[in-house]
Amino acid sequence: MFTQRVSPTRRFGTLTASLAIAALALTACAGGGTTEPGASGSAGASGGAAKTDATITFIPKQLNNPYTDVVLGGGKEGAKAAGFATTNVVGPLEASASSQVTFINAETQAGTNAIVIAANDPDAVCSALAEARTAGAKIVAFDSDTNPDCRDVFISQVVAKDVALIQTKLIAQQIGGKGEIAILSATANATNQNEWIKFMEEDLASNPEYKDIKLVAKVYGDDDDAKSFQEAQGLLQAHPNLKGIISPTTVGIAATARYLSTSEYKGKVALTGLGLPNEMRSFVKDGTVTEFALWDPAQLGEVSAYAAKALVDGTITGKAGDKFTAGALGERTVEDGGLVIVGPPTVFNKENIDKYDF
Amino acid sequence: MSSPSHGTLNRAPASKGLGPHTSGLGAFLKLRELPVTVALVALVIITTIANPLFLSPQGMKDLMLNATIMMLLAAGQTMVIVTRNIDLSVGSILGLVAFGTGTIFSSMPNMPIPLVLLIGIAFGAVLGAFNGLLTVWAKVPSLVITLGTLYVFRGLNNAWAGPKQHFAGDRPEAFGNLSVDTVLGMPIITLLAVIVVIILAIFMSGARQGRDLYAIGSDPEAAKLFGINVSRRVFTAFLINGSLAGLAGVLYASRFNAVGATTGSGLELDVVAAAVVGGVAIFGGSGTVIGAAIGAILLNTITSSLTALRVDKFWQQAIVGVLIITAILIDRLASLRHAKNLREKEGRNV
Repeated sequence: MFTQRVSPTRRFGTLTASLAIAALALTACAGGGTTEPGASGSAGASGGAAKTDATITFIPKQLNNPYTDVVLGGGKEGAKAAGFATTNVVGPLEASASSQVTFINAETQAGTNAIVIAANDPDAVCSALAEARTAGAKIVAFDSDTNPDCRDVFISQVVAKDVALIQTKLIAQQIGGKGEIAILSATANATNQNEWIKFMEEDLASNPEYKDIKLVAKVYGDDDDAKSFQEAQGLLQAHPNLKGIISPTTVGIAATARYLSTSEYKGKVALTGLGLPNEMRSFVKDGTVTEFALWDPAQLGEVSAYAAKALVDGTITGKAGDKFTAGALGERTVEDGGLVIVGPPTVFNKENIDKYDF
Repeated sequence: MSSPSHGTLNRAPASKGLGPHTSGLGAFLKLRELPVTVALVALVIITTIANPLFLSPQGMKDLMLNATIMMLLAAGQTMVIVTRNIDLSVGSILGLVAFGTGTIFSSMPNMPIPLVLLIGIAFGAVLGAFNGLLTVWAKVPSLVITLGTLYVFRGLNNAWAGPKQHFAGDRPEAFGNLSVDTVLGMPIITLLAVIVVIILAIFMSGARQGRDLYAIGSDPEAAKLFGINVSRRVFTAFLINGSLAGLAGVLYASRFNAVGATTGSGLELDVVAAAVVGGVAIFGGSGTVIGAAIGAILLNTITSSLTALRVDKFWQQAIVGVLIITAILIDRLASLRHAKNLREKEGRNV
């Protein structure tokens, strides 16, 4: 349909325009990463064996995610304080299973010393991480674990079970111990989400205090605001007797809160889960949400950075019993399975939410 | 080919370059818009029987709200598709405008809402005009141009927003209430979208400029010979489509909690799907704005009804796919039959 006679000038115009578009598109695609040179001078403090020119790379599940941003903020500060010369943050803009692989490969080729990754899929990233290790990089998983064979240590915000139990406890309090509840999660294959959900299901089944609570549905909003919104809507329609929703993901809980606060269900259906205080403040104040939980995400990034430095310097290898100091946060011990715990979760409500800014 | 008056060129399955139509066309056209309407009504009835909550006041409101943004985008996209073009950048335009709206309110919470709506529309219009200019001036298929601007606009959004998100709590309550309060049982943003769609429908079927778009899509060469300023009309279609995406962006910010760098990504294919399901021929020249809007309502209603019926949501995409293929098959069959009718008629005339 575009085969009309074309004059040479037009053809030139066509070419220029196509090139301009292509160039712009490429620039846009390449805009995903940032490099921040850290203070290389401060590295000497870590002791004789410490590498002073080491590079650390953070690969979050997705860039431009507000929760990730707080974690990375802590991570960057931690990296600087731990003595990394350069901190890179790269990652996909969408949290899909295979999207992180190209970033891992590129960072391996660039010769990074430590990769700190939150896996979108525990296995999809494995072969790329194996190559990175062959090239000499240390692998720290944070937030969402990879397959344990593919990393040196896993930094967990909290004990997974604690996170699950606090959420079942909160929902039980808010619905008065009985009724139907549902879970609105992120993606169907997110490691951390599924682990918490598993613990919640076990807790609901085994704890006699929860015998009148029935989990009727698990839905997935893919950590997308609009999708989570529509899933929340669907839940309430499909389950007219629903008393409460647990959303163990910051995007999901905020989207659900928004839906509840703008619908007739406000104040009638309880909502709890893991949320960011800044995102949830208005919903706590208008009564849509009574209490929700989270840990301090910045500390997660910080501990990850210190663990990465200890691995790079060779002070720890990731075996159970290894100890390292995470700056001001104090000493952390590597537990069985290469697990490192940051700290207990915090509960936020009307009284204390204004004390937090993240 | 005889040169038909562009008043009759309108709804032909024009990629086949058919000539003037006969009065049978009216019924034939209805047949093409009918399936989507029938499907929608049947879906609503079946779902309501299975789950009466589906048509409760809150359920109705949710259905309308869900379709609002898609309706606007599908209506705009129809204008562009009718001219044998396509705009894949609408999701990115929506994202930029939605984030812009959040930014305006977070720095100037007292900005009058109508003014914000106008700014959003103007912003969308500028982005749409950029698409239009490139398409018209460079004579590159708009598929390629807008595929490029899809990434360019998204890239700009990523650069501008970074990890920053604006939340509903930062925006004035009155603005958020646009998607909560109802007038005549319809949420305000839905009412706004319906009015815009109706105006667009009247423009497309009644105004000369609107009819010209069909003529261009039916046969660009003939349209040019007939004296239609093809470039200008196509440019206008992109401009209007951009403005509608802009309006949709502002409404998105009113309805949803967070607007940020990824807002609206992936919407473009849903929009094209809505238009195709609504009977808009992907090769241009035929289809109506109303049909596309009904297509948008249908696709959103499918999602809602599958959840209300507790069907696994992974089925939803497969069902949408089947609908698209069905819509295209119906289109193809209808045009084949039309072509056959014409041949027979011409045969008799000889």
